[in-house]
Amino acid sequence: MLADLPISVLAQKLKRSEITSEQLVAECYDRIEAYDGTINSFITVVDRKKAIERAKFIDAHRETFPSPLAGIPYVMKDAYLTKGVRTTAASKILDAFIAPYSSTVHQKLENVGAILIGKMNMDAWGHGASTENTDYGVTKNPWGSDRSAGGSGGGPAAAIASRFCVFGIGEDTGGSIRNPAAWNNITAMKVTYGRVSRYGAIAYASSLDTMGPTAKTAEDCAFVLEAIAGYDAYDATSSQKPVPSYTKALDKSIKGKKIAFPTEFYGDALDPNIKEAILVARDIFVKEGAEVTDVSLPLLEYGVPVYYILAPSETSSNLGRYDGVRYGNGRDLFTKENMRRIMTGTYALSSGYYDAYYKKAQKVRSLFIKEYEKLLSEYDAILSPVTPIMPSKFGELLDDPIKNMMADLYTVIVNIVGLPSLAIPCGFTKDNLPMGMQLVGAMFDESTLFALGNAYQKVTDWHTRSPNLVNS
Amino acid sequence: MNASQPNPQPKDAKTVVTRADIDHIATLANLPISDGQSEELTKQVGGTVAYVSQLQSLPTDDVTETSQVTGLENVFREDEIDTSRMFTQEEALANAKNTYNGFFVVGRVLEEK
Repeated sequence: MLADLPISVLAQKLKRSEITSEQLVAECYDRIEAYDGTINSFITVVDRKKAIERAKFIDAHRETFPSPLAGIPYVMKDAYLTKGVRTTAASKILDAFIAPYSSTVHQKLENVGAILIGKMNMDAWGHGASTENTDYGVTKNPWGSDRSAGGSGGGPAAAIASRFCVFGIGEDTGGSIRNPAAWNNITAMKVTYGRVSRYGAIAYASSLDTMGPTAKTAEDCAFVLEAIAGYDAYDATSSQKPVPSYTKALDKSIKGKKIAFPTEFYGDALDPNIKEAILVARDIFVKEGAEVTDVSLPLLEYGVPVYYILAPSETSSNLGRYDGVRYGNGRDLFTKENMRRIMTGTYALSSGYYDAYYKKAQKVRSLFIKEYEKLLSEYDAILSPVTPIMPSKFGELLDDPIKNMMADLYTVIVNIVGLPSLAIPCGFTKDNLPMGMQLVGAMFDESTLFALGNAYQKVTDWHTRSPNLVNS
Repeated sequence: MNASQPNPQPKDAKTVVTRADIDHIATLANLPISDGQSEELTKQVGGTVAYVSQLQSLPTDDVTETSQVTGLENVFREDEIDTSRMFTQEEALANAKNTYNGFFVVGRVLEEK
């Protein structure tokens, strides 16, 4: 099927009129109609006729849309405002909310001619690691229907794995792009804080939120990031640093690249299957010319506590605006998990406790930054697991706040420091469940991660595998 | 951010969250919670607070806190109206459930004596 092909190939075929965008979009809708009833990755499917109309328009005016993303169908996590298409953040509070303006990322993709076909399931307001805390029914993992698709962006990841679309846009506050990538066998880039505009993205925790691409490969993510990255006057925290060509960085040699391997990350908390798979990947990087060295990152265990002070505190403030007056429904419709986080955050920020919790966490955040800065002055990337566990079975992470938090062990630290991280598939268990690893790089050095990821994917084929939906 | 309160007495991190704390916090957070929820939240928020309190063991006396990881501060723009981002009254009210004569209807704030 066409959605199996990389963006580079699709773009070429579209340019040469070997295929049409109409054909590609129609194929995606056929698959959605056949299989998403089971997977439930979409909250809102864009009207098929409208998407086809847009595809026909792009086909007819191809010369005015030179972008490789022109005519390519994509999805967005339902945390992005899309003018005219409902945005819910997976919460009944916004069940009927139609945004009067578009997020910058959506606008940029519209401008280059990419075709939005859906708004995707997630944990409501981004709160969770399993897309179970949603008001729109759980998303099933296409690799095993009794398991979670990860979270909070389980919907976009499951849709890419299921070939319902070619790429997706996620939002990563503590792992919401990377965790579902690992659990669905797809590739995803969590960008440096400020690399992509947050304008029009529903805020979870403002000092941690990042917007990024999810797709089948590092190469595809590079194409998408090139289109969405950059300064935006509407987001004061977006960076003015120039955006390099990520697609040109893909084929840069990785010979002599230095990769750090933090031994603390590979202890008892980590599923042995994932550890084994990453050790094999480590050898592949060495074979491809990189140097991998054992290092120590002793702060690891403090990452989750820092995150679970900062994120709930910031979300308690951000979600304060949802009072049902100007838009949406009342606050009684927050999920249990939303309430837990809002309550924890309000507690941490309440009179007298600010220094003991929020300020303390911000100080430990500085310690993390120092530790990572030192390490990344000596190394080009850090090789880390994405999740300590395999895709969870439904119910496993619900109502156990500590277990739920520990699923984020390896991902949240990256957000605390603001670094970029590329999550890539690195193997399957005997039960055919996918596993992922992440390469964490220096601030604004997504390019090196793309080069490393692309080099790995040239000599492995995990990323080419897709689930057999007929049996799911 | 509702972080800094006027002259609060700094309190030590504590690991016991009481039912009264939860009811107070729910009022601050404007969350309508039932008795059952209050009990459950006391346990769960208490568990989370106890867990995150392990940070207290890290010495940070001479560490400055970080709130912005890319080092930006005070980003300004001209104080000018950007008409391209203005809503019409109709657009601004389009998602409101309760409007009156082109205004949002809000709950009563002041009460009669």
